[in-house]
Amino acid sequence: MTGLRRYHAAVWDEPVIMEMGAPGRRGILFPPFEPGLAGASEAGDLIPAGMAREDRPALPELSEPEVLRHFLHLSQETLGMAGISLFGTCTMKYNAPVSEQAAWRPQLAAIHPEQDEETLQGLLEILHEFDLILREVSGMDQFVFQAGGGAHAAYTHCAVTRAYFAAKGELERRDEIITTIQTHPCNAATAAAAGFKVITLMLEEDGYPSVEALKAAVSERTAALMINNPDDMGIYNPHIKQWVEIVHEAGGLCFYDHANFNGVMGKIRARELGFDACMYMLHKTFGAPKGGGGPAVGAYGCSDELAPFLPRPVVVKAGDRYRLDQDRPQSCGKIREYFGNVPQVVKAYAWARAMGAEGIDEASDISVLANNYMEKRLLAIRGITKSHPDNDVWRTEMTRYSFETLKEETGVGVLDVQNRMIDFGIDAFWLSHEPWIVPEPFTPEAGEMYGKEDLDTWIDVLAEISREAYTDPHTVKTAPHNQAIHQLKGDALEDPARWAMTWRAYRRKRAAAAPAAATISAG
Amino acid sequence: MIVNPVAGLGGAVALKGSDGAATIAEALRRGARPRAALHTTRALDALARRRGDAQILAGAGALGADLAAGAGFAVRTVAPATPVETTADDTRRTAAAILAEGADVLLFAGGDGTARDIFDVVGAALPMIGIPAGVKMHSAVFARTPDAAGEAAARFVDSVERSTHEAEVMDIDEAALREGRVGAELHGYAATPRLAGVIQSPKSAPRRFDEAALDAAARDIARDLDPARLYLIGPGTTTRRVMRALGHEGSLLGIDAVAGGRVLGLDLTAHEIEAHLAATERAGLILGVIGGQGCLLGRGNQQLTAAIVRRVGLANLTILAALEKIAALEAGLFVDTGDRELDDAFAGYRTVHTGPRMSSIVRIDAARTATAA
Amino acid sequence: MTRGTAHPWMANSTPETKTAMLEAIGAPSIEALFHQIPADHRLSRPLNLPPTLSAEVALKRHLVDLLKKNASAEDNLSFLGAGTYQHHVPAVCEEVARRAEWLMSVFGSPMSDHGRNQAWFEFCSLLGELIKTDCVGLPVYSWGAAIGHAIRMASRINGRREALVVKAMSPERLGVVKTNCEPPQMASHIAVTEVGYDPATGRLDMDDYRAKLSDAVAAVYFEVPSFLGVIETEGAEIARLAHEAGAEVIVGVDPSSLGILKAPPDYGADIVVGTLQPLGVPMNAGGGVGGFIATRDEERYAREYPTLMISITETIAGEYGFGLSLFHQTSYGMRDEGKDWTGNSVYMWAVVAAAYMGLLGPDGFRDLGHAIITRAHAAARRLDAIEGVRVVFPSGFFKEFVVNFDATGKTVAEINGALRARGIFGGKDLSAAFPELGESALYAVTEIHTEGDIARLAAVLEEVIR
Repeated sequence: MTGLRRYHAAVWDEPVIMEMGAPGRRGILFPPFEPGLAGASEAGDLIPAGMAREDRPALPELSEPEVLRHFLHLSQETLGMAGISLFGTCTMKYNAPVSEQAAWRPQLAAIHPEQDEETLQGLLEILHEFDLILREVSGMDQFVFQAGGGAHAAYTHCAVTRAYFAAKGELERRDEIITTIQTHPCNAATAAAAGFKVITLMLEEDGYPSVEALKAAVSERTAALMINNPDDMGIYNPHIKQWVEIVHEAGGLCFYDHANFNGVMGKIRARELGFDACMYMLHKTFGAPKGGGGPAVGAYGCSDELAPFLPRPVVVKAGDRYRLDQDRPQSCGKIREYFGNVPQVVKAYAWARAMGAEGIDEASDISVLANNYMEKRLLAIRGITKSHPDNDVWRTEMTRYSFETLKEETGVGVLDVQNRMIDFGIDAFWLSHEPWIVPEPFTPEAGEMYGKEDLDTWIDVLAEISREAYTDPHTVKTAPHNQAIHQLKGDALEDPARWAMTWRAYRRKRAAAAPAAATISAG
Repeated sequence: MIVNPVAGLGGAVALKGSDGAATIAEALRRGARPRAALHTTRALDALARRRGDAQILAGAGALGADLAAGAGFAVRTVAPATPVETTADDTRRTAAAILAEGADVLLFAGGDGTARDIFDVVGAALPMIGIPAGVKMHSAVFARTPDAAGEAAARFVDSVERSTHEAEVMDIDEAALREGRVGAELHGYAATPRLAGVIQSPKSAPRRFDEAALDAAARDIARDLDPARLYLIGPGTTTRRVMRALGHEGSLLGIDAVAGGRVLGLDLTAHEIEAHLAATERAGLILGVIGGQGCLLGRGNQQLTAAIVRRVGLANLTILAALEKIAALEAGLFVDTGDRELDDAFAGYRTVHTGPRMSSIVRIDAARTATAA
Repeated sequence: MTRGTAHPWMANSTPETKTAMLEAIGAPSIEALFHQIPADHRLSRPLNLPPTLSAEVALKRHLVDLLKKNASAEDNLSFLGAGTYQHHVPAVCEEVARRAEWLMSVFGSPMSDHGRNQAWFEFCSLLGELIKTDCVGLPVYSWGAAIGHAIRMASRINGRREALVVKAMSPERLGVVKTNCEPPQMASHIAVTEVGYDPATGRLDMDDYRAKLSDAVAAVYFEVPSFLGVIETEGAEIARLAHEAGAEVIVGVDPSSLGILKAPPDYGADIVVGTLQPLGVPMNAGGGVGGFIATRDEERYAREYPTLMISITETIAGEYGFGLSLFHQTSYGMRDEGKDWTGNSVYMWAVVAAAYMGLLGPDGFRDLGHAIITRAHAAARRLDAIEGVRVVFPSGFFKEFVVNFDATGKTVAEINGALRARGIFGGKDLSAAFPELGESALYAVTEIHTEGDIARLAAVLEEVIR
């Protein structure tokens, strides 16, 4: 091995919590009833007849330290961002503890959403101030934060689109949403879930669909265009303004899924390109942690024309006070209870204030520079190519690569490499959304947080694995070797007789399988 | 395993295929070197990495046994060696022997001609995987690379479900091709392992949920048919879904005609189609995309002559294909009706139905010169 | 753009590093890297944002100053519930939630993020024991989102396009459900029909239910306890009738009740949904909500989940491993052909809820249920004793109850305003959403409320209603 740092994950062989503990142990107690309550009726008498639980839930019985240590062990068996994580399309950011600290203060954590507005002034001020920041960044006129993720923000756009055309009496007619094959699948999925027909445009030679394809797709049935730009191959569609004009001429709305905003922050503004609405992921671009899949926020912003149709409520400023405006008769209704995962909004606000205008612009510079630096080095590694090699522009913050050559020449594919990377403390990289247009795809995104040495380490590890693939493919294909566990056997996951989403199901299926297995071994 | 040792001879010396003894002799005279052996070895190495313990049934000598033994496998010879040059008969004979002996999967090296020869014998009874070694590989049974073929065989044998799908076996009329004309026939549907990312044009084989989406789209199309119109439907598994949605089995490999929910004819010739068209005012055409190459007209559906397509009218065309199949195409769809003017009129962007209430706008090009080069 | 000092969060913000990388790739400047964006697309001026607070000292001060303007339910005495509840958040839950390993994790692989995946599986397993279902999906955005998805699952299963839902339902949740079921103009619209409640008991109006139930109904949805706090007793009969009509039965639950209340499958639920916020997640001004969907482990349900599913399996070395199951049917795998959509949800709260359920165990949930129901009834009796104050459904509730103030001649808004001035957050005002209940408020009492808290509320109420 080269001079790469040694790494090994924590191995605890941690049992499933359902197997732990002993009868009678307690992890938490609740206080005894005070004298005035002690004489009250027995709890059993308060439960209507027939509704009392008769069985004892088969939960484990653990002491408090056993629970804490169990979850500490599990956290340690999670690599996450402890190493280097260049997970493309998710824009790995620094999640500063200062904002986490703020979010856990009781003045935020112990707030009830139905409290009177007068008791929420600090929170509403943050929401409004952050709305103003996003307005400046995008050129839009109003943001809301109810959406619990990027996909949910795309859904929000579909709901706003429905309300907008319903108000114009055109909803029955305008039932088509246009997207592209490289736009995040949530756009097509939410459009379909919202009841629209979906038209998907394919890429052509330059790496984006042609203007002619769009012209052939739009009609008086077009409700909206939902699109990423740049896409996650790092290619910016230079005709995007014309696209917006074509859709507007047909009477449709244009939604900018800004999942890939990191490469263009401070460079372009969605509204100036003509878009009616856009979305930012605060748990990605704006520095809130991902939590392995939320709580997250898809901040949805739109023009004044669409603002009446936003989901309720909207935070507004009146004089020096802040209000939750619920009285919006044209609103598309409720997207989610209350007004969003506000701790994440507070963290995003903290990120934006800490970065400032200069910092945000510089972060974009650095992430694009770092991606092109990586591209130069990665393409020098044997077995790696990139998508649309003939389009020789400098890519934005991501490039889509392929291990097709490596796979052909060594049999080692992208999943094998991914499994081997984690043996070096490098978080699993992102492959590609479905469908794979590029064979054996992978998509690292450098971002602005990691230093050049970290990027070099990442690349060096990949170079080492390429070398292994050509000399010792077995090691790569049987990876990981330095992780908490070995390679998963995936065959049971899609087999109804063996999948088990709970311990209950696992015990039942294991018991059902056991006699058969015993017969085989006996035979 | 079956190796057509002379597969691929023609391509390198600009002959369009290697079928027929005269062609092979001409290729060898021009200095061609067979690549079947090289590609087979790579596939076997890939197989050995996962399943070195596999037993291989093969024809003797150059028909496969030599290569399998050379790669370190236990080999059982099922067909005698052929002294000098092998023929399609050798392929068929070996395939029959392997089928009779019973194998988990049939790995073969060759091109479309070899695939067709094997398919004639085994049909869909034995899953087959092609090691790409021929000149023409329009059939959907070929792995993308030799390594992938070996890996696919190993993964299939190891997999629990051993799931397969129907893959087109196509072959171009080589005599016609050497005369500068292109014609490919859809020969049938073989069984090939359903494994992501290893079979040629990996997404040209619809996955289970794509199939559900296509069925739903077919039901939508069937529901919306104009009862006063004559529809020409087929060929292929995709458009057969429309026939099934109409309550008919359809001919699979041919063009069927329906009107008002009634079948007027199955597996029609061009002449018969013209007769039906002459008797109707309005017609429509429902097409799928055949094979992994993106051809809409001119491969596997030659019955639809330029005259017929003109008579139906380009406005009355419905295309149905899986989104993944469309996305996997490197350069959109193309038509090759043999009528340059019609092909040019065809060119442009058209709707392809991909699922219930889902579609794509796909570029269609006039015939590419590549097929005649 | 240049700055004099490197930003503490950006290692590569030194001029030397930038120059080194530019030289490595042979680009003349960073600006040159943006040439693929046409000039007329570019923003022509710097962003105009509030002053930068790149020093943590200043940033922290700023954040704390803003948050101090809030008044929390910790500094006040709160009886607000209605979908977000003030339960005790065990310190272990906060400790677990703030572990950076999984807090900052993104997706990883079953091997690299094994511990987090195991915690997800444990969430599903623990919840599965509590609600007695074998199949539990990873969480969805909220309880309302879970109902919406469940109705759509039912509609996909039986092809029907109407859902009967209880009228005694949170307006917040009902709004989400209606959005998910699409407006009538859409081809795939699912009609949402409300079934009334019995004004005497707060339970489902069975006559109204029978009248509205038909073979066009895809699913019937009710809650135990209901939004008005009442424990539905006719669950088995509601389910029997629904099944007779060929509809799916969806039941919404508050898991904090399940140590003492029957699990929904015991009275016929096919799909169980609910909130996970009571399981150790702070209220977070509503940002603590999260929902779940659970069913029997049957393919007809499993293949309709929109959520990610995590299954226990094994590794090549025979260890436990936890991988995503049925991934291909999600929107990640199938784009517009997927079952609804999935994406980031509230997975961190699933880990917190797992720790919470692990701490409580069977006895903890029993004691929690007893504490809540006993304290809630004590509070209700105490308030009902106040002249002019009436508890509308005085028995058969769990932790919430409706308090009517009609006889005081004051509105809930007035009373809550007066309470707030005395450091008490009164119950949620129901007068707008449930006008038939008059000037009523929904009071929530949990294990955190002491006898003293109840006495203080009563005393202050007596004072402010005069």
